Amino acid sequence: MEEIKDNLERELLVMREYFRSGRTKEADWRRAQLKGLQVFLKENEVDIFKALNQDLGKHYVEAFRDEVGLLRKSLNLALSDLKKWMSSKERLLAVVGALAKLPIMAVLSYAEVVPEPLGLVLVISTWNFPLALSLEPMIGAIAAGNAVVLKPSELAPAISSLLVNTLPNYLDNKAIKIIEGGPAIGEKLLQQKWDKIFFTGSGKVGRIIMSAAANHLTPVTLELGGKCPAVLDSLSWSWDKEVELMKVMIKKMYGDNPKELHSVARIINKHHFQRLKNMLTDPMVEKSIIFGGSMDEDSLFIEPTILVDPPLESAIMTEEIFGPLLPIITLDNIEDSIDFINSKSKPLAIYAFTKNEKFRKRMLSETSSGSLVFNDAIIQFAADTLPFGGIGESGVGKYHGKFSFDTFSHYKAVARRSFLTDFWFRFPPWNNQKLELFETAYNYDYIGMLLVILGLKRSRMRFDVN
Amino acid sequence: MEETKQKFDVDSAAILVKDLRRTFNSGKTKSYDWRISQLESISKMIEEKEKDIFKAIKEDLAKPEFEAFAAEISMTKSSCKLALQELKQWMMPKKVETSMATYPSSAEIVSEPLGVVLVISTWNYPFLLSLDPVIGAIAAGNAVVLKPSEIAPATSSLLAKLLGQYADKSALRVVEGAVPETSALLEQKWDKIFFTGGARIGRIVMAAAAKHLTPVTLELGGKCPAVVDPNVDLEVAARRLVAGKWVANNGQACIGVDYVITTKEFAPKLIDALRSVLEEFFGKDPMKSKDRARIINSFHFKRLVNLMDDNKVSDKIVVGGRRDESKLQIAPTILLDVPEDSLIMQEEIFGPLLPIMTVERVEDSFDMINKKPKALAAYLFSDDEQIKKKFVENVSAGGMVINDTILHVTVSTLPFGGVGESGMGSYHGEYSFDCFSHKKSVLYRSFAGESPTREKDRERAQARSGNKGKNTKDDGLTPEQRRERDAKALQEKAAKKAAQAASGGNNAGGGGGKDSKNKK
Repeated sequence: MEEIKDNLERELLVMREYFRSGRTKEADWRRAQLKGLQVFLKENEVDIFKALNQDLGKHYVEAFRDEVGLLRKSLNLALSDLKKWMSSKERLLAVVGALAKLPIMAVLSYAEVVPEPLGLVLVISTWNFPLALSLEPMIGAIAAGNAVVLKPSELAPAISSLLVNTLPNYLDNKAIKIIEGGPAIGEKLLQQKWDKIFFTGSGKVGRIIMSAAANHLTPVTLELGGKCPAVLDSLSWSWDKEVELMKVMIKKMYGDNPKELHSVARIINKHHFQRLKNMLTDPMVEKSIIFGGSMDEDSLFIEPTILVDPPLESAIMTEEIFGPLLPIITLDNIEDSIDFINSKSKPLAIYAFTKNEKFRKRMLSETSSGSLVFNDAIIQFAADTLPFGGIGESGVGKYHGKFSFDTFSHYKAVARRSFLTDFWFRFPPWNNQKLELFETAYNYDYIGMLLVILGLKRSRMRFDVN
Repeated sequence: MEETKQKFDVDSAAILVKDLRRTFNSGKTKSYDWRISQLESISKMIEEKEKDIFKAIKEDLAKPEFEAFAAEISMTKSSCKLALQELKQWMMPKKVETSMATYPSSAEIVSEPLGVVLVISTWNYPFLLSLDPVIGAIAAGNAVVLKPSEIAPATSSLLAKLLGQYADKSALRVVEGAVPETSALLEQKWDKIFFTGGARIGRIVMAAAAKHLTPVTLELGGKCPAVVDPNVDLEVAARRLVAGKWVANNGQACIGVDYVITTKEFAPKLIDALRSVLEEFFGKDPMKSKDRARIINSFHFKRLVNLMDDNKVSDKIVVGGRRDESKLQIAPTILLDVPEDSLIMQEEIFGPLLPIMTVERVEDSFDMINKKPKALAAYLFSDDEQIKKKFVENVSAGGMVINDTILHVTVSTLPFGGVGESGMGSYHGEYSFDCFSHKKSVLYRSFAGESPTREKDRERAQARSGNKGKNTKDDGLTPEQRRERDAKALQEKAAKKAAQAASGGNNAGGGGGKDSKNKK
């Protein structure tokens, strides 16, 4: 194991040297890598769909909708906006009106923010959207000019394998590496010094990552999870009609025998299957099932299942479900849903189905979540003008679209000055007159300044120089 | 107001957080009015208690009033003023474009407070570095606990007293103390921790935050280099360098010049210029000058003396070197070409000692800088556009100034923060507001044909035309009811059509078409 660690350290050192050479900062390098990703997705589409089907039983249309298609969209955006993202942004200095005016003493001639890459970054991905959640952060890291190490999830081995074996053929391997492995490799990676760590996964591991990052003062973005609630406003709908509608929809989408249909993704593995099964075996919980509930361990299949009012202390209501079980909690007043949601930790998203303006406003101002969507679910993931990230237990930081570029950049403030003479009162030896001049200057009181200089005015500020 | 000082332990900290959380959950701190009232109060506090503030800073640091005014009081005042002016703007949701992918929809990014935040301050600009982040936290609508530095005790206790008087105690509290109190605070769950100080404690703060997944902003330090190109106006550059080192709290500033790099040829000229500027500013005997802050305490005094007396460097002193422990004062000291592995070149100096490193060409200095951890700021004095360009492109630091030092911190439109070892996150101006906010993505999805903002648009249009809309029928229905009625009518129409079509009426199409046009 020590040997592996030394090899890893050596590899990373070489990557750092390459980053220092400045190659990854160049626009044409970044474009070439992003184009490389595009070609990878195009040429290997069949293998990608096969791998996703193998790892998750995911149907290729779902795979396109949620993974390949979204990545293509993100790559198009990154390529078209790269120049804009990379450019320095001028900042206003002395401005009239509402914006702050600059004190006369700081007569700077120009101010701007210059984006620069952080350096060598680590992306740790997860299994449920194993391709998207590996490559989407990578797009941001590359667009921002960094060298990247990606560790895909070992729980999606076919995709992981594809990334390790095929992706390198499309990218600059001196700056981008893909390292396969499980927790042991993860641990080794965390012991190294990174300029940024981007992690998608659970809160438990998120804490471990952030603690490890603290040792090196490495900034992190953590995309975690939580229990994302959907609130159905009973003022606009009636909930049991809604449930009936859901049952109809499920039948429509999955037919009478969803197990046979290849549209339903599998449960990822036996461990998670067991976890979900356990949630349902609690007798009080079992009683609350009104639809579905059948499972098949051999094919890792669980039917879309709906429950009504399972006990609130049960696992299904205290832990993130991450499976095809949907508990419905009914309340007397829909407004109580706000308190209910706030009693739990802040989720990655809240979905509110309502036509009531007042209730909408309350949801907006009285709940907190990474995102809030009215009258739909999940779709915010596809909006690349909206930052995607959590708050509190659901995460730290955000990405998607330009936010991906930002999360892997340092915005360096640059101020310039000419060699015009300084105002003499900026320097010691100090005296009261200089203090008066400071005061008038900071109050933007230029007339006052003039009067002080001419000896015609005394400010109220006087001190005994003792 | 004498009270027996109770020990502030983990339990006290837990109760404190609970109290503040209760206040925050009540929604009080979220309102624009509350935030404005607090900012106005703080503004008033600075005006009314200016003398007391000066006194405390002088007691802690022997900082000349003029430095205290410019660097601390004035910056805090203008930060408060800016927040008061801009808050409405900052609080407004930002609309963003939506695309085909989510059609039909509208979207915006809404700023909301994080909740209960902890601000840990430091000693070198004890007033500014305590209040500036607090101003940002309040502007963003949070409840705040401030822990000022115990190494500046007069300012710490003054802040506790004044904020107790001027601010809303149910939402803003000051906890005084040292390591035990800070540790007790760090064990709690905060919604954000803002820390200013050294990298060592920065790590401890982040590790504590990691347990609760608490986001952090760390404003740390580093060795801020100043590169001097021989082609500059030597007098002006020397003045600005001296200002950036010894007028900035006698070298005890996180963005003060730590060391200088220049060419071997130019170094002697530079040293001469610095020497004469030092005399101009501080007189022939700088140890007697009233215009220099003292070293903060005995610990740091000894630390700095050690750096100077180190074998590797003690013979490299070309200016200064005198020290007086009773006055905690060290003369402005310049050293030439100390070895890179000497202690003085390894750690942040934070005092009135200025090493000058020499290179063959100016560009060589960039490599020297890049070998070290990234600093909070980097400075270049040059008249050459190419060199300036190379400097900005190749040297990484929190912030940079070309042809001056420190002043970027006064530009409220520039983010102030570090990178790498010098920190993470930034603040100042609107960045302070953002630092303490959660930017929530909000997507409004509508039902087919209905625009989510149609209601607002309709209302706005009616307001514009003075409610004299052409077709306003006062049928007593809400817009939703009206829509339902229309939708129902359409459905019935369609059903009728279908029924007619099913019963074989060939004229159903034509008749139906005409009718439905009128319905619209």
